[in-house]
Amino acid sequence: MPDVQTLVNDFLNQLKKRKIEGSQATAKLTAELLRSVISQQRVPHTNQATALINAVRAVGEQLIAANPVELAVGNIVRRVLHIIREEDLSLATAAMAGLGVSAASDDEDDVEREENSVLSAAAVAAAARSTLRPPSLQTLLEDTFDSAVVPHTSSSGGESDGRSRSVEKGSRGKKLKHDVIEAVNELIQDISTCYEQIAEQAVEHIHHNEVILTLGSSKTVLEFLYAAKEKQRSFKVFVAEGAPRYQGHLLAKELVARGLQTTVITDSAVFALISRVNMVIVGAHAVMANGGVIAPVGLNMVALAAQRHAVPFVVLAGSHKLCPLYPHNPEVLVNELRSPSELLDFGEFSDCMDSASGAGSLHVVNPTFDYVPPKLVSLFITDTGGHNPSYMYRLIADYYSADDLVVKRRPVVAAVLSSKPRARDVFTFVQRKMNHI
Amino acid sequence: MDAIRVSRYPKIRRVGFFAPPDSSATMIPSPRHPPLPVSEMISSADGHVALGSYDPSENLNLATGIEKREEGEKEVLQSSSKPLKAKTTKAERRALQEAQRAAKAASKGYEGSKAVAKNGTVAPSKGTKHSSQNKDDPSCGSPVVTDKKADRPLEKDRKKDAPLRMQFDDKNRMENARKRAVVNPTEARNRVELFQHLPQYKYGIQLPNLEAKVFQIGSLHPSVFEVGLRYLAGDISGGNARCIAMLRAFQDAIRDYCTPREKVLVRDLTSNISSYVSYFAECRPLSMSMGNAIRFVKSRIANLPLNHSEFEAKAALCSDIDRFINEKIILADKVIVRHAFTKVKDGDVLLTYGLSCVVEMILLYAHELGKQFRVVVVDSRPRFEGQALVRRLVAKGLSCTYTHINGASYIMHEVTRVLLGASAVLSNGTVYSRVGTSCVAMVAHAFRIPVLICCEAYKFHERVLLDSICSNELGDPDAISRVAGRMDVNCLDNWASEDNLKLLNLMYDATPSDYVSVIVTDYGMLPPTSVPVIVREYRREYLLM
Repeated sequence: MPDVQTLVNDFLNQLKKRKIEGSQATAKLTAELLRSVISQQRVPHTNQATALINAVRAVGEQLIAANPVELAVGNIVRRVLHIIREEDLSLATAAMAGLGVSAASDDEDDVEREENSVLSAAAVAAAARSTLRPPSLQTLLEDTFDSAVVPHTSSSGGESDGRSRSVEKGSRGKKLKHDVIEAVNELIQDISTCYEQIAEQAVEHIHHNEVILTLGSSKTVLEFLYAAKEKQRSFKVFVAEGAPRYQGHLLAKELVARGLQTTVITDSAVFALISRVNMVIVGAHAVMANGGVIAPVGLNMVALAAQRHAVPFVVLAGSHKLCPLYPHNPEVLVNELRSPSELLDFGEFSDCMDSASGAGSLHVVNPTFDYVPPKLVSLFITDTGGHNPSYMYRLIADYYSADDLVVKRRPVVAAVLSSKPRARDVFTFVQRKMNHI
Repeated sequence: MDAIRVSRYPKIRRVGFFAPPDSSATMIPSPRHPPLPVSEMISSADGHVALGSYDPSENLNLATGIEKREEGEKEVLQSSSKPLKAKTTKAERRALQEAQRAAKAASKGYEGSKAVAKNGTVAPSKGTKHSSQNKDDPSCGSPVVTDKKADRPLEKDRKKDAPLRMQFDDKNRMENARKRAVVNPTEARNRVELFQHLPQYKYGIQLPNLEAKVFQIGSLHPSVFEVGLRYLAGDISGGNARCIAMLRAFQDAIRDYCTPREKVLVRDLTSNISSYVSYFAECRPLSMSMGNAIRFVKSRIANLPLNHSEFEAKAALCSDIDRFINEKIILADKVIVRHAFTKVKDGDVLLTYGLSCVVEMILLYAHELGKQFRVVVVDSRPRFEGQALVRRLVAKGLSCTYTHINGASYIMHEVTRVLLGASAVLSNGTVYSRVGTSCVAMVAHAFRIPVLICCEAYKFHERVLLDSICSNELGDPDAISRVAGRMDVNCLDNWASEDNLKLLNLMYDATPSDYVSVIVTDYGMLPPTSVPVIVREYRREYLLM
C-alpha cells in the first residue's frame, strides 16, 4: 500500500508541475498507475467491484484535481471504472446463470430489500442482454438506469449480496481483479498503439499530389502522414510552426527525415496558404462529447480558414482522447496560460510589467489550448474509424459508463437518497414512453 | 533590340499608335525575340518614355509646344495610311530586319562590355537605336507618351499604368534582369514551388555587396543609393516610412539634377526616376503605395509646363512632392485619427495586429483625450513588430495585453473593436497587409466583432487580388528557423542542406472584403465596396493636382 501511495504522489507532483507532455503519455502513465492501484488494492470478500471502484475513484479524484486541463487523466480513470463495472457485470451474469435458484431464495429472505434485488437482477439481465444485442435506444437507456443502480445496490445490499455470493467467493474475488488487470493492460496496449490503427486509414484519405496543412506537432499526425508516404503517395506538407512552442519545427524535422516534402510556414501565413491546401490534418488534445475539440493553440484559426475555403478539417484522435464531458465555455475553462516568457523576453520588458511606476500595465496572455467547435470539424479519425462530430457522443457511450461522468465521490447517504428516485423516474419515464409507442 | 521591335511592328507604329501609347507592345516581348532589359520592365509604368527619349525629331516637337505637336499627330495619322501599303511588303520588312540585326550585332561587339559595367542605365544601346531608327523611318519614333495630357480618357491610362509585374519564374527575363541589376542578388536554394514567381534572395550577402559598390553606383543619386541600402537592411519598414523615404530621395535627386546636353528634362528625368525605381525594387520589392507615389511623381514630371525653366521645373516638382507627403500621408493620417476616434468608446477593448503607425496614432490620440480603453496587441513571428508597439503604448500609460496570433481566438472574447493597418486596399475591397492580418480579421469576423481597417487613400490601388499567392513578397527564410531569444528551438538550423525541407516567410496576405466592416480613410469611413469609387475619384484628383 505505501508504495502505491508514493507512486500516486509522484504522479500527482508531475501532473501539478506539468512535467508530463502530451495526452498519450499522460494517459498511459495514468493507466499504469491505476493498474498498480488495483493490483495493490486488498479486495474484501464481498463487493469486490465496489471496493475497486472506490479505490480507483479516490486516486482518480486526486489525479484529475492535480491537472484538470489534462482531460486524458479523467478519461482513463473513467475508462478503468467502466472496465471494473463491465468485468463485474460479466462475472455476475455468469454467476446468475449458474445460481439462479440461490438468488431467488435470497430475495425471499430479505423482504425489505426485495425491490433492490429485483432491480439489480433486472439490471444484470439487461446488461447481459446488452452484451449480446447490438446497441439500441432501449439498451442505452437500460444501461444508464443500470449503472445508476450499482452504487446503490452495493452500498445498501451488502449483506444479502454477500450471502448470495459467498458460495463462490474464493474463486470470484481473484477472478475479478485478474480480469480487470487484464483489461487495463489491454487498454494500455491500445493507448500505445492507437496511432498505428489511425495510420492504417491514411491511404483512404490522402491522395496523390495533395497539399496537406498541419499545425504544431503530433505523433499521430506524423505516423499518419508517414503511412500515406509508405503507400507510395506523394504529397506535400505545410507545417505551421505553432508558436510559441514551435513544435512544428520538430514535426518538420521528423517529416523530412522520413522523406516527405515539407514546407514550414509561420502561423500567420495559414490563411494566405489555405486556398492551396487540400486537407488540414491535425492532432487534438481532447475530443469532447459534443464533437468539439480541445486542440493546441492556433487551431481554431486554422479551422476557420479551412471552413472559409471549404478545405476538410480532419482531426486525428486516439480513443483515450475522447472525453465524455460536454464543454462549457471551453476556451476559458479548459485552458491553461503558460509562461509569458515564451512570448516576451522578461529582461527586455520587465520595465513595462512594473505597473507601480505610473506607466500603463502590460498583460501577456499565452494560452495553451484552443477550442474548435464541432461545426468546424469535418471528420474525426479515431482508432475505430472515421466519425462525424455529431457521432462522438455515441462513441463515448461505448467507452464510459454514465455513472462515472462525475468521478468525485459523493457521500454515501446522499447517493442512496438521490439515486433511488432518479432511477425510478428514468424507469417510469421509459415505461411511459414504451406504452405510448 | 528596340530596333528589331520597331521594324517588326512598322505598321502599327506608323498608323500611329500615336495617341494611346501601346505599352503592351513594349512590355510583352514576342517569344521569338530576346527579352527586354529589366529596367524598362520594372519601371513599366513608363516603359514607353524610355523608348521615346531617343528620337531627336520628337525632342524638337516637344520644344515647339503641344499645339504644334498635336497638329503633327493628325498629319501623320492621315498621311501615314497612304504610304503604308506601298512600303511594307513582307520581303522588304524582312530585309530591313536583317539589316538591323546585323547592325545591332556589330554594335554589341564593342558596347557589350560597357553595358555590363554601366548597369542600371539605358545609355549604352542608345546609339544604335538612334541610327537605325532614324535611318529607316524618321516618323516612327514620335509616339511620345510624356506629353500625354489629362484630356485623354482615364481608362486608357489605367491600362497603361497597370504594370505587368515581373514574374520571377520566367528564366529569360531573369537572365537579363541579373545582368542589369545593381544589387546582384543571389537566388536562394530550396524555393517553395508555389512561390517561384516571386524573388527570393539570399539575405545577408546583398548588403555588404552593395555597400562595397558605393563608389561605382553610376547614375544613382547618393541619397537614392542610401535609401535603397536602408530598404535592404530593413532599417525603413512600414508603408508610409518607405514611401516618404523614397519621395525624399527623389526630391534630393531632382534638386541635384541638371539636364544633360541634347536631352529634355521631362524625358531624361523620368528615365532617371525609372532607373531609381528599378534599383529600389531590387533592394526590396516595391509596395503598392510606393507604386502610387511613383506614378504621381511621374505624372507631375510629365505634366510640367514646357515653358518652365529647369530651375522652375525642379522647384515645382519638389514642392509637388512635398505637398504629396503632407497632404496624402501626414495630414491624411491626422484625418484618419479623427475619424477613427469617433469609434472608440469608454470601456472598449481594442485589438490591433502587428505595428501600424496609423493605429498607434489613433490609440495614443484617444488616450490623450481621456478615453478609457484597453488595447490588445496581437503579434506574430518572425518580425514581432507588436513588441515595439506595446513598449511605446505602455510607456504612454495605456494598459495593454500582448498575445501571439495563435491566441487571437482566446482573447477575441473580450475584444469590442479590431483596428488594423493596411499596406494597400485593392479595388475589389481586398485588404493587402502584413501577413496575419487576414487571420485576425477572420477570427474577429467569426466572433462578430467589427473590423476597422485604417488606411490612407494613397494606398488604394486599382488592382484586384483574390488570394495572397499571386502577388506577395518573400522574406528571409532563415528568420523562420531561428527564434529570437529561444535557444531551445534549433532543430531547423541546417535546413538548407535538406532537399525536402523548405521554409516560407511570406510578408503579406490578402484579407477578403467580407471580413472588413469599414475602411477608415482620409475621405471618411467607407465600406469596402466603395474602394473602386475612391480609386477613380482619387486618381483623377492626383493627375490634376
